[in-house]
Amino acid sequence: MAKFETPFLDQLETGPWPSFVSDLKQEAESRAKNERNIEYQIPQDCCDDLLGVVELSYKHGRTHWKHGGIVGVFGYGGGVIGRYCDQPEMFPGVAAFHTMRVNQPSGKFYTTKFLEDLCELWERRGSGLTNMHGATGDIIFLGTTTEQLEEVFWELGHNLNQDIGGSGSNLRTPSCCIGQARCEYACFDTQDICHDLTNEYQDELHRPAFPYKFKFKFDGCPNCCVASIARSDLSFIGTWRDDIRIDQKAVKAYIGGEFPPNAGAHAGRDWGPFDIQKEVIDLCPTKCMRYEDGKLEVNTPECTRCMHCINVMPRALRVGNDKGASLLVGAKAPILDGAQMATLLVPFIKIESPYTEIKETVIEPIWDWWMEEGKNRERLGELIKREGFQKVLEVTGFKADPRMIKEPRSNPYVFWKEDEVPGGFKRDINEFRKFHQR
Amino acid sequence: MDQAEATEKIVAALKKKAKTKSKFYFNDLAKILDEKPRAAKKFINAMVIDEVLEYWSSGSTSMYGLKGAGKQSAGEGED
Repeated sequence: MAKFETPFLDQLETGPWPSFVSDLKQEAESRAKNERNIEYQIPQDCCDDLLGVVELSYKHGRTHWKHGGIVGVFGYGGGVIGRYCDQPEMFPGVAAFHTMRVNQPSGKFYTTKFLEDLCELWERRGSGLTNMHGATGDIIFLGTTTEQLEEVFWELGHNLNQDIGGSGSNLRTPSCCIGQARCEYACFDTQDICHDLTNEYQDELHRPAFPYKFKFKFDGCPNCCVASIARSDLSFIGTWRDDIRIDQKAVKAYIGGEFPPNAGAHAGRDWGPFDIQKEVIDLCPTKCMRYEDGKLEVNTPECTRCMHCINVMPRALRVGNDKGASLLVGAKAPILDGAQMATLLVPFIKIESPYTEIKETVIEPIWDWWMEEGKNRERLGELIKREGFQKVLEVTGFKADPRMIKEPRSNPYVFWKEDEVPGGFKRDINEFRKFHQR
Repeated sequence: MDQAEATEKIVAALKKKAKTKSKFYFNDLAKILDEKPRAAKKFINAMVIDEVLEYWSSGSTSMYGLKGAGKQSAGEGED
């Protein structure tokens, strides 16, 4: 029997998608029955109270959560987000209901035992409610009391060998795609660099000294499965420098219908026979491909690695052999004042352990600049807009490159300095007048 | 500058502003110390460990304050 009537929330469950309300009710019921005799360390009915407070928020049209605070684990300035209910008498089970972010394993590989252990810990010391995974990529533990924070942290560290993640003005938990573990498109070992930088930059992850959040994300190929280009301050996107590898026999097999295009995706209806001209060649954004006399050709200098042809015919086309990554800077995806895509900083760099070049020529100079010049709550992308992309080139030492602009004159924040231009900005007016009238 | 001197500077500056402000951005503290961010971070972290300062976080932004200072209810005249 539910503790509170929840007519508004019940309505949410009637939609066509799975509802978080059903999940909350399921967990509330499970905690009430406690069939596994768990020694709950926070109120057993916290999920009932959570349903109650959310219902009340719908009724009042205003939130009953107070957000933020001084809670955390000792020595860490991130990973815990304080949450309090402003109706603690009515809903004592969620009077303090803090969120914990737990650093997810690279590529989100889990063993069943590890998942069970995580759930067991959180059933016992938290609400049992999780978000796998949050937008940052972390394992999100939703709802526990202040007293349980250190306990959860201790058990995570000592029993599960797991750290908590980033929040606040910190390096956020780095996140990567599944990478070379499962994906033939991956041009570098996303999991290894994600793990390496997570360990290397522990201080930046846990002790806030940045103007605002900073995110690394690692995509093994331009398909960008973790959307690094759209939402990370420093985005790593796998690419290659040589030609796309073409298996002409397999191309013919696609055309002949032996292999399903898109590896069988979109097979829910009959789209007719595969048409390489219509479905691949004509859709190439730079028109760098042609299929003539039974042979597929790609003009590599024109190819922008959009991945479309490779995605459609993965058995015939493969990424090149000379692999590395492009590094882009300054993306953000805020809720309020508009998203910004990343800008290319390093067209190509080899991604090889121990990643010293990346750390010393890209990450650390950028951080030093942003920490000194960034205003409070200013993301890297905003600083780049304010001070100019030239400044990024200056602090990192990379040279301006045509690939950094989308098209001539579309990046008005790339400027030259006088000493970089042959002859400087001054001219001999008499010499000029020999060729041009007033 | 040694740690004791840094702590003294920060505590004095924060106490001076205590009536109007109880939470400070990291950059504000670095300015008080007149140090580059990386050098300031070492001093400020030590102050957190010594429980002179404490972190405050909204979830997206972090700030620092003197331990125990600044309750919102007091700021709005409810105490």
